[in-house]
Amino acid sequence: MNITGGELLRLENLKVYYYTMDGLVRAVDGIDFYMGMGETVGLVGESGSGKSTLGLSILKLVPPPGRIVDGRILFKGVDLVELSEDEMRRIRGKHISLVFQDPATSLNPLMKIGDHIVETILAHENVSRDEAVRRAYTLLEDVGILPERFNDYPHQFSGGMRQRAMIALALALKPDLVIADEPTSALDVIVQHQILELMKKLREAYGMGMILITHDISIASEIADKIALMYAGHLVEYSDTGSFFEEPLHPYAEALLKAVPNIQLSDQKLRYIPGMPPDLINPPSGCRFHPRCSYATSICREKEPPKLEVRREGFVRCFRYVSRDSL
Amino acid sequence: MTASFSKPISSALRELKLSVRKELKYYFTFTGFGIIAFFVVIAVLAPYISPYDPVKKVGDPLTEPSLKFPMGTDGLGRDILSRIIYGTRIVLRITLISMALSLLIGVPLGLASGYIGGKLDSLISLLMDSLYAFPGLILAIALAVMQGPGEMPMATSLTVVYIPTYFRMVRGETLSIKESLFVEAARAIGAKNRVIIFSYIFPNVIPSIPVILSLNAADAVLTAAALSFIGLGITAPTPDWGFDLRMGYPYLTSKIWWPSAFPGLMIVLLTLGFSLFGEGLTEILNPRLGGR
Repeated sequence: MNITGGELLRLENLKVYYYTMDGLVRAVDGIDFYMGMGETVGLVGESGSGKSTLGLSILKLVPPPGRIVDGRILFKGVDLVELSEDEMRRIRGKHISLVFQDPATSLNPLMKIGDHIVETILAHENVSRDEAVRRAYTLLEDVGILPERFNDYPHQFSGGMRQRAMIALALALKPDLVIADEPTSALDVIVQHQILELMKKLREAYGMGMILITHDISIASEIADKIALMYAGHLVEYSDTGSFFEEPLHPYAEALLKAVPNIQLSDQKLRYIPGMPPDLINPPSGCRFHPRCSYATSICREKEPPKLEVRREGFVRCFRYVSRDSL
Repeated sequence: MTASFSKPISSALRELKLSVRKELKYYFTFTGFGIIAFFVVIAVLAPYISPYDPVKKVGDPLTEPSLKFPMGTDGLGRDILSRIIYGTRIVLRITLISMALSLLIGVPLGLASGYIGGKLDSLISLLMDSLYAFPGLILAIALAVMQGPGEMPMATSLTVVYIPTYFRMVRGETLSIKESLFVEAARAIGAKNRVIIFSYIFPNVIPSIPVILSLNAADAVLTAAALSFIGLGITAPTPDWGFDLRMGYPYLTSKIWWPSAFPGLMIVLLTLGFSLFGEGLTEILNPRLGGR
C-alpha cells in the first residue's frame, strides 16, 4: 500500500441524476467513497454504470440534464458541492484535473500543443508568459514529447502523443488529484502500455492521487492501489487491489474476474455474466445485481444491501456478508 | 465488342466530369477574385484612368459610344465611362462599410448568444429572426426611407439587413463547438469563459465567415443598386451605378441603350464576381460538398 498522508477525497451519499425526457436516470445513486493522498483508485464498471458521471461530478462538470441531487464531495475537507462556479473554476486544473478518453477531440484543433499548456498555467498562476513557456517545455519533456514539437498543432500528433500532451496539460499545475476517464481506451495496446507506464512514473514524481476510470479490469490491476467497482449507479465493492483480485467479495466482482480469459488455463471456454446491464430508469428492486446473481435470495429482491466493512479497509454491498460482518 | 468498350469509355467520361468539377471550384474562385480585384484597382485608380470629369458636361447629350466616348454620354452629356469608373468607388465603399459593420455587430452577438444561452439567447434570437423575416430589399428600403438618401444611410441600412446572417451562422457554430470535447477539456482545466470564447470557440468559427461574407457582398451590391434605382440611395450628381441605370432606362424605348446597359452590366459583373468567389470558397472549404 501507498503511504497515505491524510484524506484527499471523500464522497458522502453522492447522488447524480439525469432528468431526461424518458425519465429520471439515477446514474450515481448514493455513493460513499474515500481516498488518501497519493493513492490511485481504479474505478471499474461496465458501460452505463455511472463511473464517468461520477468522475465528472467530482469536478461539477456533469452535463445537463444531469445534476448533483444530494450528498457531499469533500476534497481535502472542503465541500465542493457548496462552491460557486467561479470557485470551482479555480479548483479545476489547479487542484483536480481531468484526462479525457478521446485525445483526438479533446485538444483545440487551432491551438498549438505548447500553447494549451501555457494558457492553462496562465489561467491559474500569476506568472509571466516566458515563465509559463519554460514550464511548458519541462512538462512536455516529462511526458516524452520533444521540445521541437511545442509549436505543432494537434493534427500533427499521433493518438498516443496527443494523450501524452493531455497528460502534460492535466499535470501542468501539479494537482493533488487527477481523474483519468478511460485514458487509454482510444489507443492501441502497445501505446496503452506506454501511457500507463508514463502515468505510473509521473504519479511517483508528482505525488498526486489518481482516479482511473476504466472498463478494463486488467488496466486497473496494473496501476491501482484500490479498486472501486461500480454497478448500476452503486459502488458495490471497494477493496485494495491485492485482496480484490485474490478474494473478490461481491458476486459481481467474482463473476467479472471469472470472465477474464486466461490463456494459461486448459479450460478455454469464454465465461460471461448472463443477462443484460440494468436499465437505470427502472433499476431492479433491492440489490441491483440480483437478476444476474447466482447467489440471489429473496431478501436481495426486496431490500438494498447495506454497506458492510468486511475488510480492514474497504467495503462490500451484499447480503452474503451480513453474518460475517456481524461476527 | 461494343459492350466491352462502352464501360471504360463511360467511366473515363465520368472521371473527366469529376475532374472538371473538381477544377471548376478553383476557376470559380479565381475568376471571382479576379473580377473583384479588377474593380478594386479601378476604384483606387479612378482619378488617373477616367478620361473626363464624371459630373461635368463634356459632350452632346446621348452621344453613341465612339472612340471619344467609349461608352457614350448620358442625357446630360456626361461621359458614362468616367461615371462608371467613379461609381465603382461608391459601390465598393458601401459594400465594404456595410460588411465590416454587420460583421462587427453580428459576430459578437452570435458568440454571446450561443455561448451564454438562456434568456439572452432567446431575446437576441427573437430580434434577429424578426429582422430576418423581412425580405432584404424591403427592410433596406424601410430603413433608407427613415434615414433619407446618402452614402452612410445606405451603408447602415444594408448593415442591419446583413447582421442576422452572420449572427445565425456564428450562433449555430458556437452552439456546436461549445459542446465539443476540447471545450469541455478547457473547462476541466479551469479556463476562464473569456479564454474559452476567444481562444477556443472564435478561432474555430472564423473559417465559416468568408463564404457568407462574400455571398452577402454580392447581395449587398444588388440591394445598394436597387436603393439608388428607386431614389433612396445616392443623389445626383454623384456617379452611382444604380442611379445612372435609373436615369438611363427611359431612353431604352428610343433604342438608346448605352446609358442604362453599361451601369447595369457593371452591377451584374461585380455581383457575379462576389458570387463566384463565395461559391468557389464554399466548395473548397467544405469537402463534403461535391467532388464525389
